[in-house]
Amino acid sequence: MKARAFNYVKASTVVEALKAFEDAQDDASYIAGGQSLVPTLALRLQAPQLLIDIAHIPVLRGVDLQGDWLRIGALTRHHEVLTDPLIRQHAPLYSEAAPHVAHPAIRNKGTLGGSISHADPASEFPAMTLALGAELEIASRDGVRRVPADDFFLDLFQTAIEPGELLVAIHVPVVRPGHRWAFHELARRRGDFALVGCGILAEFVDDVVKQVRIAFFSVGSTPLRARQAEEALIGKKLDQAVIAAAQAVVGDDLDPPEDEHTPPAMKRHLARVLLGRLLGEIARQGA
Amino acid sequence: MSVLTPLDRPNSYIGRSVPRPNAKRLLAGRGRYVTDITLPRMLHVAYVRSPYAHARIVSIDATTAREMPGVRLVATGEDLAKLCAPWIGTMDHFKGMKSPPQLPLPIDKVVWSGQAVVAVVADTRALAEDAAEAVYIEFDELPAVVDIDAARAPDAPVISPELGSNLCFHGKIDTGGVEDVFAGAAHVVEEEFHFGRHTAVTMEPRAIIADYDASEGQLTVHHATQTPYQFQDIYARHYGLPESRVRVIAPDIGGSFGMKLHMYHEDMAVVGLSMMLGRPVKYVADRIESFVSDIHARDHRVRARMAADAEGNILAMDVEDVTGIGAFSAYPRTSVVEGNQVYRLMGAPYTFRNYRADLQVVFQNKVQMSQYRAVGHPVACTVTERLVDMIADKTAQDVFDIRSRNLIPDDAYPCTSPTGYQFEALSHHACLAKLKAMMDYDRLRAEQAELRTKGIHRGIGIATFVEITNPGPAFYGVGGARISSQDGAIIKITPSGDVHCSISVTELGQGTETIIGQIVAEHLGVDSNRIKVMTGDTDTTPHGGATYACRGAGIGGETALQAAKKLKANVLAVAAAILQDEPEKLDIHSGWIVDVATAQQRIELSEIARIAYFRSDTLPPGTQAQLSVAHHYAPQGYPFAFTNGVQACHLELDVETGLVKILKLWVVEDCGRVINPLLVDEQIRGGVVQGLGAAFFEECVYGDSGQLTNGSLADYLVPMAVEMPDIEIGHVETPTLDTQLGAKGVGEAGTAAASAAALNAMNDAMKPFGRTVAQVPMTPARILKALGHI
Amino acid sequence: MSDLVNVTMTVNGTEVSHSIAPRITLADFLRQTLELTGTHTGCEMGVCGACLVILDGRVVHSCLTFAVQASGAAIETVEGLSDRAVIADIQEAFHQRNALQCGFCTPGMLMTAHALLSQSGVPSREDIRDALSGNYCRCTGYEAIVDAIEKVARDRYAGANASAPEEVGA
Ligand SMILES: Cc1cc2nc3c(=O)[nH]c(=O)nc-3n(C[C@H](O)[C@H](O)[C@H](O)COP(=O)(O)OP(=O)(O)OC[C@H]3O[C@@H](n4cnc5c(N)ncnc54)[C@H](O)[C@@H]3O)c2cc1C
Ligand code: FES
Ligand code: FES
Repeated sequence: MKARAFNYVKASTVVEALKAFEDAQDDASYIAGGQSLVPTLALRLQAPQLLIDIAHIPVLRGVDLQGDWLRIGALTRHHEVLTDPLIRQHAPLYSEAAPHVAHPAIRNKGTLGGSISHADPASEFPAMTLALGAELEIASRDGVRRVPADDFFLDLFQTAIEPGELLVAIHVPVVRPGHRWAFHELARRRGDFALVGCGILAEFVDDVVKQVRIAFFSVGSTPLRARQAEEALIGKKLDQAVIAAAQAVVGDDLDPPEDEHTPPAMKRHLARVLLGRLLGEIARQGA
Repeated sequence: MSVLTPLDRPNSYIGRSVPRPNAKRLLAGRGRYVTDITLPRMLHVAYVRSPYAHARIVSIDATTAREMPGVRLVATGEDLAKLCAPWIGTMDHFKGMKSPPQLPLPIDKVVWSGQAVVAVVADTRALAEDAAEAVYIEFDELPAVVDIDAARAPDAPVISPELGSNLCFHGKIDTGGVEDVFAGAAHVVEEEFHFGRHTAVTMEPRAIIADYDASEGQLTVHHATQTPYQFQDIYARHYGLPESRVRVIAPDIGGSFGMKLHMYHEDMAVVGLSMMLGRPVKYVADRIESFVSDIHARDHRVRARMAADAEGNILAMDVEDVTGIGAFSAYPRTSVVEGNQVYRLMGAPYTFRNYRADLQVVFQNKVQMSQYRAVGHPVACTVTERLVDMIADKTAQDVFDIRSRNLIPDDAYPCTSPTGYQFEALSHHACLAKLKAMMDYDRLRAEQAELRTKGIHRGIGIATFVEITNPGPAFYGVGGARISSQDGAIIKITPSGDVHCSISVTELGQGTETIIGQIVAEHLGVDSNRIKVMTGDTDTTPHGGATYACRGAGIGGETALQAAKKLKANVLAVAAAILQDEPEKLDIHSGWIVDVATAQQRIELSEIARIAYFRSDTLPPGTQAQLSVAHHYAPQGYPFAFTNGVQACHLELDVETGLVKILKLWVVEDCGRVINPLLVDEQIRGGVVQGLGAAFFEECVYGDSGQLTNGSLADYLVPMAVEMPDIEIGHVETPTLDTQLGAKGVGEAGTAAASAAALNAMNDAMKPFGRTVAQVPMTPARILKALGHI
Repeated sequence: MSDLVNVTMTVNGTEVSHSIAPRITLADFLRQTLELTGTHTGCEMGVCGACLVILDGRVVHSCLTFAVQASGAAIETVEGLSDRAVIADIQEAFHQRNALQCGFCTPGMLMTAHALLSQSGVPSREDIRDALSGNYCRCTGYEAIVDAIEKVARDRYAGANASAPEEVGA
């Protein structure tokens, strides 16, 4: 299990990284924490000619509050997501998901940007990006653009990031009074990719759901919004009947692939259970 | 005045928790595993593997690969067949057993997905892998035989046509009268059980370096194995080398559990590659290769019935086991031993006499299945113990009561099981009583009832077991396998009075060297820190069985004990000559020759050694000091030393998600004389966790075409720290009278019954829903299905 | 084929410099180039934890880092921690409690234990098990490892508290 040979450059600016990629005629890969990329190289599932190390580019770092938005640099490590007070305060679903992402040593190296760019449908952070309604700042040779999370996750391991583009930062609209949220996942072992997981961010006015974003992971080829379940909640008070109504439709929101170990019926069942538990928790937060 | 316990005598080490001296090295990062060893001019091999479970090899094109940087050799099955004689994994005492001949690499067809086909040897492993990608093999795919029923269908493709069918072995046991007993029984319970394939996943993968020196005709193999002597014999015979010219060294081993005592094709090939190149060749299986080439374990479907009278007295069992072993039987221990132990151990703790069983061992296009920790035991135990619980249900009895009623009474020994196993002395009832007290059973039941009303579902399950340890030659030798059931030790005293023991049992981290040191220290009469124990090198230790079937303490320990006594007699003879006294009046305490009567110190052992080695001129004429002894010991009494015990599992089931929290495990175990409680308890804990892995997580899942679908450590779930419970252990000690030491084995007891206790606990938790499960691993999907959620 | 690159890093306090292929992982670099075989590899894909080392003060998988990425960094392995005697109490507790059998997982376990025990407070058994969630051990069943770490945590806490009044008083 040894990677195929490749060349390596360390980029110190975004421009340098983008240029290196272009010069390699796209036969290149960026490496941030390497916690997803290195295993695929070791297994020879991928074999780029060139590895461009982006882990030392200063503008990709840092967490700061910019008005109503929290800017989280792409290189922010999972362990920083877990402990950063700004993230805890303004984008709490990331903090709540973080302990469930892999194990301590992987969290020491893996980056939020890497996780979101990699877009594993079983990953926590991409789904929380959806739940939080974040926007992704992407740099290309043509400049910088921002893509809303809803338009970002396109397919299995595919995002709006075009080959050669770099995810620079994640911009999260900060949570406000009236927001409630909850995160949970069902995993067989601590740190495993979940059987099913979900994060919910809801805005309440007088105990009535005004807006809600329910994002599931491990239930399709991308992280998924449970749109019908959301519909069932809007304008309602979260009582038993409303929760049951959302549970009744959530199965249709999901698209779990055929899998012998976790058949679609099982994923849908678990998603219903999870949704019920999370909505119950959110209802209790108002009490 | 306090009474002296055996532990108060000088040099009384047996029975004490002594930490392992050799663990310090490992803790400092100074272990020396085969994976760590680099030899001068060493090369590395990578294998090109079959993507098909069953296919004809049409052609192999290695032209490009041979030209690639750093490549020294590309070898095929034909190349190696010129050097290596084929092997057949059968034993004579399994009547009618058959298996096809094996070669290091196949010549005309592959029989499992992942089978090594071509060897590429290069300067580094990475370069070897580069070139392996450039080897082109054309295959002609054949229909794969995957399922155990499909394999036995009349029109099934036969994997080895020369054998006539896909049946490796068919065994039957019948005490007679079973039909009648079932017909007349008040209660009959039956169930179909499924036991998934799982695998050893030792932390250190298989690793081997073969170093052939043509100038001397000497082969040295550094081999991560628990049985170096067996491999010395195999390499010598199959490569036509004199045994004296084959040295196998097993240094530190990163786990084995039975997995590293089988002959693997890649390992055998490495020897040939080194002979072809005249250079050391190293092979370390990477984790992906481990999953498709290490032996797998279990893989049984058992249909079983149990009959009982109206009071719940068990009357009979009727069992049918079908087990899939891959495309051939493993060498040299065969893949029938697992099934053989399954159908012979069924019901072993109980008194009933009527038993019938049918065992079919089936070939299929999968990796070889063979012995792994607790061979056959978990299957026999789970089937028996679940059926016992079902009888308890039928007769409305508590799980402890049904067992008290049916277990062989502690005073009924010696006795024989319906399948012919001879029990010297077991302690089922003592263990059961101890377990019940330890776990505070009545309180747990009360708590369970209360929690159920709150929607919290806990389950309690118990499982009794017997374990086969200390096997004599009946195990392998009588079947024609060149596997020793005896062990040998050489103990010598150095000129400064230190003691050196080299012995044929091997160290795998279970603490063999430590307990051998304890035994020698106690029986020779020296401080244990003056003893050095050496294992794992066929050139420097006597031939022996090494480590399998829990024989290290019982057989290796007895060997050491007898050797130490022999040496002590020699020392006392010299001492008597020097002191002009009688040997019978002398003893050795803490390295001093003392008067038996007064315990007064007379002369130091080091002084005896000094005189013997350097001033033999001062000894009385005719005295030849024998300060080294060699001694062998083979068990001669009972064919096996059976141990017994009982385990309990307490778990909480989330009935909505099928996820389980294992709350606690208890084990009461009787392994005879406990030499080192610290080590014994950790053997049990480690074993239990392997059993829990099988119960909840571990399974090699195959697709319809014979592909392993979860063959990586990311996809195959091993038990990890968060999910595993604390395990409380108690002991009952019934020493075997077959040996002076009295020790039996303990390494497999934990694994033997953990999954049975877990399965019973799960069924107990599901009881309010009227649902049951009879398959391991108990995955959330299977639990949800059992509960009717999906 | 790829170009060799120069890497310079501090390993166990000593600066080392080598010209290596970029594809060499830090694990292979430590084990093969520097012959620091105390760091083990059990899966080469981040799942077993045998290869953990300290990189710039944080525990990471050396199998999931290419040596070139670590150029300029400070690495510490089990050999270094042993020589500096900073984990002597953990090693002693592992030894006394028999928290290792084959020892192959042990260097990784020691890294995790060291990181956990460097934090303040006494972790609960659940905390300890959680910290070990990425460290596979096939031999021990984990309990002895948890016990050993718990003991060191308690001892260190007691030691710190015992010495605290003295400092205040002085
Ligand atoms: C054993 C194990 C268990 C794990 N368990 C989990 C888990 O439970 N949940 C989970 O979510 N993850 C898990 N992971 C994955 C881990 O979280 C990764 O760290 C993360 O997915 C990727 O982050 P990274 O910085 O390491 O990315 P890398 O591996 O460096 O990169 C991943 C991919 O993203 C690209 N990329 C990285 N950064 C950027 C960027 N800024 N712009 C554009 N492209 C970029 C790379 O080119 C590459 O294709 C696990 C990993 C391992 C090894
Ligand atoms: S070798 Fe790095 S985690 Fe297994
Ligand atoms: S001690 Fe062997 S793997 Fe942990």
